[in-house]
Amino acid sequence: MLNRKNLFNTMLGDRSQWRVFIILIFAVCALGGILLSLRVGSLSISVNDIVSAILTDNSGANRQVIWNIRLPRTLVGALVGVNLSLAGAILQGVMKNPLADPHIIGVSSGAGLAGVSIMVLFPHKEYLVTPVAFMGAMVAAVFIYILAWKGGIRPVRIILAGVAVSAFLNSAISALLVFYSDRVHGALMWMVGGLSARSWPHLDIILPYTILGGIFAILGARRLNILNLGDEIARGLGLNVEVSRIAMTAVAALLAASAVSVVGLLGFVGLIVPHAARLLVGSDYRYLLPASALLGVAVVTLSDTLARALFSPIEIPVGIIMAFIGAPFFLYLLRRDA
Amino acid sequence: MTFVKGEGLSVSFGDEMVLKNLSVEIEEGKIIAILGPNGSGKSTLLKVLSRNIKPNKGSVYLDDKNLVQFSGKTLAQKMAVLPQSPQAPSDLTVRDLVEFGRFPHQSWWQGKSKQDDDCVGWALRQTGLIQMADRVVSTLSGGERQRVWIAMALAQKPEILLLDEPTTYLDICHQLEIMELLANFNNEQHLTVVMVLHDINHAARYSDYVVVVQEGQVFAAGSPREVITEHTLREVFGVESEVILDKTGKPVVIIQGLTCKIG
Repeated sequence: MLNRKNLFNTMLGDRSQWRVFIILIFAVCALGGILLSLRVGSLSISVNDIVSAILTDNSGANRQVIWNIRLPRTLVGALVGVNLSLAGAILQGVMKNPLADPHIIGVSSGAGLAGVSIMVLFPHKEYLVTPVAFMGAMVAAVFIYILAWKGGIRPVRIILAGVAVSAFLNSAISALLVFYSDRVHGALMWMVGGLSARSWPHLDIILPYTILGGIFAILGARRLNILNLGDEIARGLGLNVEVSRIAMTAVAALLAASAVSVVGLLGFVGLIVPHAARLLVGSDYRYLLPASALLGVAVVTLSDTLARALFSPIEIPVGIIMAFIGAPFFLYLLRRDA
Repeated sequence: MTFVKGEGLSVSFGDEMVLKNLSVEIEEGKIIAILGPNGSGKSTLLKVLSRNIKPNKGSVYLDDKNLVQFSGKTLAQKMAVLPQSPQAPSDLTVRDLVEFGRFPHQSWWQGKSKQDDDCVGWALRQTGLIQMADRVVSTLSGGERQRVWIAMALAQKPEILLLDEPTTYLDICHQLEIMELLANFNNEQHLTVVMVLHDINHAARYSDYVVVVQEGQVFAAGSPREVITEHTLREVFGVESEVILDKTGKPVVIIQGLTCKIG
């Protein structure tokens, strides 16, 4: 019989094998999260029925629920998890700042102001929220970049410009909410971020960005690793530091903007998931990026399942659940690491 | 043969001129020390020579080709740079870090080649790090860590290595270890070494050529014996000293005190 402990040691003794092992675990969690999200709801459906509803059955209640409601919603959640986690992981590297996340580059406040404006000023044009929020996010990100530009980009200036611009935009949001207090509810739900009523059209919006952003992120992994050594070392190794930093920030901005414009200002994923992944697989971006993406999927789908099931039939926005469970868990990881 | 040439270099940060029309020539295969008091512009000079800072005026030439004509990677294949006290992410192993030295030789779609592995192995052996290749850099001592960075630079297979105060924060034994290591590479690999140094006696002992920088200009340049004199120490560093020659004929500085009293 195999000595189980030895097997365990040889499997995990090597560091890169350990990282692959963790990534596999995250993949299992992601898959589990997706399946659970499809299973749980007012109508509980077994895994077998889910598979047959997706693949074969074209009629019946299961097919209706799975295909029209749960599958698109779950997939949107999964991609949002991927996008925000990747964006956060990239930004933490590019800005060399552990607090960097999609908020820092103005994506959230830009999308927030644009989205809330539509909701309270033109409540009958709700279909405009997503495209306008996307534009708002990109405009804010570009604006912060221009403000921070002074013969090159230094991370500290971006962060400070980002904080200032976000404060400005957020006060505009608050002003809107105060003036139109009767229409606050929808805007508020959108600002915490939620997946309720998200369906196939939303998936079509976010999917191209996930694919392109994912490809560019993986291609940039080695550059991110080198940026982490500091600007002078990176330049000495022949990396064009300015171009790499702008390109990777742009990738992060697109990833995050497409996500927040679809589900609202989901805050927690982009900051905490990359950190949690980093604590477990380390700072090498070739491992950190896939690990963050998969953990992002798991966190968003599981949280959304809880958000629907916990106080059923009332649904709470997934953003609230995520922060409530995720923050303490992250603090636990942090303490354990120290 | 002149390998690196800086011509009429001027750099200003805001209103302050840090380098003033400074020219310098560096010969191939030599060890060059740049000396000067704090704020004299010696680190800035090193950054300009390594293209980390663009000069407001003047140009740097490497092999008679203007530095601005090199792509990032072709420059990095010829020239390696180590800034003062570099920082690495805390979970990198020695081998991880040294492997970054191969980046300029890799195209963006390729993984590492057999040649990359050979170069990394060679750099680790040369710096005596092969035994600790799998240790995490942040657990090493200061001297070992500095050797890891030097190994990374060597894995680049450069023709010239620029270092900014490579011995800062090290005790005397590890300072000498680094200096000996660099001298060996200069001797065996014909590597040109340019370093900013604080310790005048190290410069005297290990370098072939010394450039003394004062207020953004070259005060004196030449062999240690020509340049490291009581006059230089008084005029540039403001200290009184006695310079004697050791048995190999190299100058040794014995400091006697400040030229003017404080206050």
